[in-house]
Amino acid sequence: MKYESQSVAKLYFIAAIGLFVGQIVFGLVMGLQYVMGDFMFPEIPFNVARMVHTNLLIVWLLFGFMGAAYYLIPEEAETELHSPMLAKLMFWVFLVAGALTILGYLLVPYSTLAEMTGNSLLPTMGREFLEQPTITKIGIVIVALSFLYNVGFTVLKGRKTVITLVLLIGLAGLAIFFLFSFYNPDNLVKDKYYWWFVVHLWVEGVWELIMASILAFVLIKTTGVDREIIEKWLYIIIAMALITGLIGTGHHFFWIGAPEYWLWWGSIFSALEPIPFFMMTVFAFNMVNKRRINHPNQPAVLWALGTAVMAFLGAGVWGFMHTLAPVNYYTHGTQITAAHGHMAFYGAYVMIVLAIISYAMPLLRGRKACNSAASQVAEMWSFWLMTISMVFITLFLTGAGILQVYLQRFSDEPMSFMVVQDKIELFYWMREGAGVVFLIGLLLYVYSFFIGGEERTVEEKV
Amino acid sequence: MYIQETIKTKYPPGDLALWIFICAELLVFGVFFAAYAFARANNIELFNQYQATLNTDLALINTIALLTSSYFVVSAIIAIKENQQQKSSRFLLLAILGGITFLIFKMTEYSHHMSEGINLTTNLFYMFYLSLTFFHFMHVILGIMILLVLWINTRKGTYTTEEHNGLVSGGAYWHMVDMVWLILFPLIYIMR
Repeated sequence: MKYESQSVAKLYFIAAIGLFVGQIVFGLVMGLQYVMGDFMFPEIPFNVARMVHTNLLIVWLLFGFMGAAYYLIPEEAETELHSPMLAKLMFWVFLVAGALTILGYLLVPYSTLAEMTGNSLLPTMGREFLEQPTITKIGIVIVALSFLYNVGFTVLKGRKTVITLVLLIGLAGLAIFFLFSFYNPDNLVKDKYYWWFVVHLWVEGVWELIMASILAFVLIKTTGVDREIIEKWLYIIIAMALITGLIGTGHHFFWIGAPEYWLWWGSIFSALEPIPFFMMTVFAFNMVNKRRINHPNQPAVLWALGTAVMAFLGAGVWGFMHTLAPVNYYTHGTQITAAHGHMAFYGAYVMIVLAIISYAMPLLRGRKACNSAASQVAEMWSFWLMTISMVFITLFLTGAGILQVYLQRFSDEPMSFMVVQDKIELFYWMREGAGVVFLIGLLLYVYSFFIGGEERTVEEKV
Repeated sequence: MYIQETIKTKYPPGDLALWIFICAELLVFGVFFAAYAFARANNIELFNQYQATLNTDLALINTIALLTSSYFVVSAIIAIKENQQQKSSRFLLLAILGGITFLIFKMTEYSHHMSEGINLTTNLFYMFYLSLTFFHFMHVILGIMILLVLWINTRKGTYTTEEHNGLVSGGAYWHMVDMVWLILFPLIYIMR
């Protein structure tokens, strides 16, 4: 750790991992509810488990992104953080607001929560992933603005690099696009447009910039490759991500009542969204091959390579699978979407946050470069357990999805939704099993940070 | 001649990362062209009927404007190889003017269509015509911005006989924009 103020990142990373564990626990509850409908009912109904599962994901990733920014921006800008106090204060504000929101979901009916939080004054609740009470959303905006102010001023007073520029554009975009969640038009078509302006432009737009910049930072640090080369790649990756991702929003407009040309625009541009992910894979492997040092933190390199590959598979290949309008006509909203969602989020965003945590946490805890060999072995085991189980979750959901599409929408005698759900039960059981392995992997990841021992030092490549 | 012999031209010229970007861009256009071909094959009469309403003369002038502009970019690179920076910057300015000429004529075409109430929802042909040409139009704007940076750099003396990688890379991007138009023009305006 080069700058004292980088230490605020530690708080964010710990909270992120804690919430990640919570997310997976609720994922398992929900996974079981797919096959045992009344499991934990009425305490935790399916809709609540789902809301907690997805909301926790978003919140912990935001903690991860903010932690990453607080760690890498002082190092890139070569100066202390503008206000470490503000960063700590906002951490607690965000954590308490997040915790209260989750408790609200769990303890009172959603409509009561809406009443309690004065949703009628500015109605924003009730939309998937954006279920947070309006007051929480306002809190998120305050936290985001304070965060941007803090990192923005840090960059302004220090060295400006391409990595910080791209990261700041991504983070500013994240904050700006979230503002669309405050607009809740009566017209359902418009409602969907604005909803996608948050959801799509986050995960298939500005979040990709955040991912690419964090990846570039980790690669610079772990490979010792010239910054100039890495920055050049960063430019072309973000240019392609923006060209395909922004217009690619159109693949959500197929069936919402938007004009017909979106069938073409959405299909063509979103079909090309795998390109920036493919570039990221080539980039990551290329940089590791050209490495000038053998960094002793092997898990960090593994996560960095893993995120590039899994993002390409999950977001790129699994996204392409159902993005063309004639295909999506059948697959829309089936388990194919769930398969894509799981692997894309894991590959692109979970893994990049775990990569930066893996790289930074040993340094934040006072080590020179990395954890002990035993700790690294455990962490790499956790990498493989989580990654392989996620591959299986994706494959099982894909199997379920293909069967669902056929039985419910494609066959000569289509069956009703619930009848089909019974028929694909086996896939849900297998998915649940893979989910348990995922949780074991995650717990091992957490445990790996508590394994002591001596660390190794940086070896120069011959 | 002496200079040409002593300076080795590496392959591909310019920056490899930019070439990857160019390939990705070409892929985007390629998919769009394929979609056009697919849609046209199913609606030949409609496409032929509305293709006849396009202004081929203006499109031809624009083709000449882009080709000439590309020629000036090549001349600018040759000039820099001969260490003639002023000459190079003048050629780049002419190339930029070629690009601006394209934009002006293209906007004339667009304003004509708009006055007739044509938009993306009018029919499938116009949807493709407007989408493809506008997507290319945006690339011309980006290309001009790149040429402007190259022009400023050349005036500042950034490029030399030995080191002009940026100029070659930017030039390659402009040629890509030009080349895409060379496919787009016959595909949309002429082929029946």
